Amino acid sequence: MGEIRLMKGNEALAEALIRVGCDGYFGYPITPQSEVIEYLSKEATNRTGMVVLQAESEVSSINMLYGAAGTGRRVVTTSSSPGISLMQEGISYIAGAELPCLVVNVMRGGPGLGTIQPSQSDYFQATKGGGHGDYHLIVLTPYNVQEMVDFVKLGFELSEKYRVPAMVLADGAMGQMMEKVELFDQIPRRTEFPEWATTGKPHDKERRIVTSLFIEPEVMEQVNLRLQAKYRQIEAEETRFQTMNLEDAEYVFTGFGLGSRIAMKAMELAREKGYKVGLIRPQTVYPFPYAIYRETAPKIKGILDIEMNSGQMVEDVRLAVGDKTRVEFYGRMGGMIADPESVLKHFEKVYLGVE
Amino acid sequence: MSNLVEVPVNPEVVQDQFVVYKKPKTLTDKPLHYCPGCAHGVVHKLLMEVVDEMDIQDKIIGVAPVGCSVFAYDYMNIDMQEAAHGRACAVGTAIKRMMPDKFVFTYQGDGDLAAIGIAETIHAANRGENMLVVFINNAVYGMTSGQMAPTTLPDMVTTTTPFGRDVKTMGYPLRMSELLAQLPATYYITRQSVHNAVSVRKAKKALRQALEYQKEGKGFCMVEFVGNCPSNWRMTPLESQKFVEEKMTQYYVVGDVKVPGGK
Repeated sequence: MGEIRLMKGNEALAEALIRVGCDGYFGYPITPQSEVIEYLSKEATNRTGMVVLQAESEVSSINMLYGAAGTGRRVVTTSSSPGISLMQEGISYIAGAELPCLVVNVMRGGPGLGTIQPSQSDYFQATKGGGHGDYHLIVLTPYNVQEMVDFVKLGFELSEKYRVPAMVLADGAMGQMMEKVELFDQIPRRTEFPEWATTGKPHDKERRIVTSLFIEPEVMEQVNLRLQAKYRQIEAEETRFQTMNLEDAEYVFTGFGLGSRIAMKAMELAREKGYKVGLIRPQTVYPFPYAIYRETAPKIKGILDIEMNSGQMVEDVRLAVGDKTRVEFYGRMGGMIADPESVLKHFEKVYLGVE
Repeated sequence: MSNLVEVPVNPEVVQDQFVVYKKPKTLTDKPLHYCPGCAHGVVHKLLMEVVDEMDIQDKIIGVAPVGCSVFAYDYMNIDMQEAAHGRACAVGTAIKRMMPDKFVFTYQGDGDLAAIGIAETIHAANRGENMLVVFINNAVYGMTSGQMAPTTLPDMVTTTTPFGRDVKTMGYPLRMSELLAQLPATYYITRQSVHNAVSVRKAKKALRQALEYQKEGKGFCMVEFVGNCPSNWRMTPLESQKFVEEKMTQYYVVGDVKVPGGK
């Protein structure tokens, strides 16, 4: 069993970045995730020699991430919604150049400068592209502080396995709340680097070029086909989700991250009142676990999707179930957080006709 | 009818003692896509000559920009990364921070370095990143075919300044070398040109000097080249060299702008 600590989500994530053997962090402060760079600035370099660099902007941080990832190092940036929007061009380049790395979005309410309070309104941006071109990130959505730690490790492992950038899609609540967390042991930083990394041309080998530029359309299409093949493999092999109480469920509550946590509590309240409610919680939202919804749909009377946005993941849920079951949505926006009682009340109203 | 006569080359005649010139081995055999008379080809060659002479082909990583030299990695036979437009200094920063024992340079044009990427340039310089920036300033956007650059001279005609650059509404040409020289963390800033044989020789010395400083860990160095762009200046190569000598170097004075221990 690893070390147990009571930690704030952002600090737990930062601790995990050190322990996972990160070589470099490049970031720009933004609420509600500035604790990450503060924690790393204090802790990281002394402990592992990890480079921690405060960039002049998110535009710069993501391009630093590109350069560092191109050397085959394990590197990360963290930000929050407006900063992640600024990074989209760079993320597209990283995807195009097939560089493994980790991007963390501790979401806050938008659009625009929005609010610093928690939100989940960047789901579309994270899962459907965000930047230009046909690409995907591997997107992991933590629902507690433990997963803020676990998904750092998993994110790097998946990203490096496929050479596809990974994103931890958290939110202000995950970043700011304190919980008990079990930390994995320190993993040493690597001393050997992949063949494709630009570490200086070996005398006896071809030079390495990190680029997303393939100006001949015939070549560019081949690059795209290779990327798409990887995405199909990721969809087939890396989908992760959790279910609860599906065995006897007549209804399913669903959501990701913060939304799933609220859904979980609402499910408990529903069970106390005798309603047979289960839960599906995607841990990866790209790849999205369409199959579990598809399989569950014919056995239930309806799904209630809970998100802190206007209804984004619910589009994927509807895509999964088609007309096999009814799908309803409950959301709060702009930094407001749904309470489980209101979720339950909404469920009783739309599905049971209770006013 | 061609008046060219094909002369067969006898390899036995081509002996080392007769070779007075050859391309550096770190330049690939790929034909350059640059227009005839363009400074890029000369600067590519000088840079790779220095890499050869210092024997650092296996220790140097280059960063290509977006602009005419976007394909620099096709010609330089070293490990390279292609950066997003303007971000070469951010990319170079990270490469160097990950591998402080390696040599890193960025190769950037005026739009890349002084317009869209000026923040990355200034902040990398201000942090004293121990790398070399090779800056080609030809006062025009070449790849997009001749629009105004931040370094376009006053009254100079481009496709977006058809009546000449009006400094009242379009601002003044940026002297990047002088601007960066003010920062305490910059170590060696020099402006060179390659428009005649003498300047080519001096330019090569400047590149060598900058990489030697990097080897010693001295910090941020930039070699600016007052370049030319015959195609978009609507000039013959020779006319463009004359324009460099008579006009460009009047505004962009050639010589060291900041040297260690000096001003």
